[in-house]
Amino acid sequence: MAETHSLQDLQQPAVSSKVFIQRDYSSGTICKFQTKFPSELESRMDKQQFEETMQTLNNLYAEAEKLGGKSYLEGCLACLTAYTVFLCMETHYEKVLKKIARYIKDQNEKIYAPRGLLLTDPIERGLRVVEITIFEDRSIGSGR
Amino acid sequence: MSQIQHAVPDGPIRYTQICTRSTSCSSPPTSSSAAGTEPPSCPGHRGRTPRRKWQVFPGRNRFYCDGRVMMARQTGVFYLTLVLILLTSGLFFAFDCPYLASNLSPAIPAVGAVLFVFVMGMLFRASFSDPGVLPRATPDEAADLERQIDSTSCSKPPPRSREVLINGQTVKLKYCFTCKIFRPPRASHCSLCDNCVERFDHHCPWVGNCVGRRNYRFFYLFILSLSFLTIFIFSFVITHVVLRSNRTGFLTTLKDSPASILEVVVCFFSVWSIVGLSGFHTYLISSNQTTNEDIKGTWSRKEGKDNYNPYSYGNVLTNCCAALCGPLPPSLIDRRGPIQADTPQTAPQSNGTGGSSYAPTQLHSHMCDQDQCIQSTKFVLQAAATPLLHSDPVVLPPLPAKPASLGGPCAYLGPAQPTLPSCAGDVLTLRDVAVDSHCHHHLHLHHLHHHQHFVSPEETPCGTPQGALPCPAHMHLQHPAPQVRYDPVTQDSLHEDSVRGLVKLSSV
Repeated sequence: MAETHSLQDLQQPAVSSKVFIQRDYSSGTICKFQTKFPSELESRMDKQQFEETMQTLNNLYAEAEKLGGKSYLEGCLACLTAYTVFLCMETHYEKVLKKIARYIKDQNEKIYAPRGLLLTDPIERGLRVVEITIFEDRSIGSGR
Repeated sequence: MSQIQHAVPDGPIRYTQICTRSTSCSSPPTSSSAAGTEPPSCPGHRGRTPRRKWQVFPGRNRFYCDGRVMMARQTGVFYLTLVLILLTSGLFFAFDCPYLASNLSPAIPAVGAVLFVFVMGMLFRASFSDPGVLPRATPDEAADLERQIDSTSCSKPPPRSREVLINGQTVKLKYCFTCKIFRPPRASHCSLCDNCVERFDHHCPWVGNCVGRRNYRFFYLFILSLSFLTIFIFSFVITHVVLRSNRTGFLTTLKDSPASILEVVVCFFSVWSIVGLSGFHTYLISSNQTTNEDIKGTWSRKEGKDNYNPYSYGNVLTNCCAALCGPLPPSLIDRRGPIQADTPQTAPQSNGTGGSSYAPTQLHSHMCDQDQCIQSTKFVLQAAATPLLHSDPVVLPPLPAKPASLGGPCAYLGPAQPTLPSCAGDVLTLRDVAVDSHCHHHLHLHHLHHHQHFVSPEETPCGTPQGALPCPAHMHLQHPAPQVRYDPVTQDSLHEDSVRGLVKLSSV
């Protein structure tokens, strides 16, 4: 019976709570998330790891929104072609977003899932928050 | 029918049970995405085309081409813009260009054509694209924010604004009651489209859309190229008329080319406004301000000696490049994405404390929100005009296996859902409190089996808080709600408040 119970848990892990990391607007309107370590995660993972993840995410978003020669060139080219160039090529921002999605997936697999956590890609929440779902720890204890 | 009667005493427990069953059915009654309602289909109907998110978008927008095109609700003026441009340009190419091409240069119609195509392209791009709408908060997020807000203050009303220091300037972030988020700096809520838009400039009826972060450059290029086109057409029509008059006389010219007069008139009146607007927006771009900020005088020197625009890059060139050639962020609302079944349900225990404090806080905040009140009043008055509903006891859920959703949506204190019948859905927002009391009434009246008492065609909804209109809304509203414990005692007192509130509003 215990096995059935834990099997059900594995199929449908119960969500114990969610932590939301809000945006940090101190640098203006660019996409940046707060790196403060939330207290709810203290028992699950170490501060260093978390801050590293957030810092990397912030850096990636900064790269996406960076103003520089490359982005200007892309903008001018797009304007000249009446923005039809984006029918065949994706914008720099979109490329970086894909990179971010891969990074988050990677982080989830390596660091967060083994600790019963799940990082949700901020783009799925409209770049408002980084949602960290904390799963109940039952399945990790039993069934092993 | 029997399910509801049993739902009364069992309340939350039954709700959770049904939730779980429905989750395994892959069509949960609650969806924590901003997408809103879920299709009531069960796994058996999986063969159907999955609905896309634009179909359940909560804002007041219109979507075409299966979600590819997004516009505001009122598009009449946009069609006028289109007609004016097409007509004037068409007449120019038809009547004036043949003469100009043969007598002056074929480059004239060529340049005109390029300008015209560019203008149309920019117009469509500005009108049809997402201006930078911020998706509404998921219920979990909203609840989390509420908890945070509550925890920061005890006695006085919870603060609905945050202050942030940007580049040495203090900027206030306001809480949006409709979208349940703290608006990013420079974002504003468009009341016409009922969305929060990033870097909100203004709502342009000529373009039929909001102008925000994602389509500002297209809007600017549209008005700029339109000014060039207007001046171009104006000057070349005058040239054409003058040249022809020299040869054949003025009146003969007018007879041969009557359209020229119309073109001149249209261009003359347009050129002042369009060129003026282009100039204004050029100024805004060079100082990195939005129309919204400029009108409110947010960064004007008059506000204070130390007041300056923290977003400006310092020099005109960088500001212009950033506005026009900067990276174009993608749309945050994913309109063409399919609506998916949700992730695992939140365990009830952890949300217990959050849920119970949720309703009264929302009540307070909603009662304080003037905007909501105004909207709600409109809808109540609208509701008064619409014929009352079905004599069927609306408490009977026609939807299969979703009786517990009545408990859910009752606690949902959200904005009006345009997809719902307007009277019903929006009366819900009016009585944030009464929402809970309606559950009470539904179940109560169901017990009584008094359909006539519940819905009487003679009574207007304004007068009767029991005026049942939200009932159909309850049917359709399968909203995620933090589990609020159904408590008949508090509902009655809340109900009284709502009656008072309603009576006040109905006297408006």
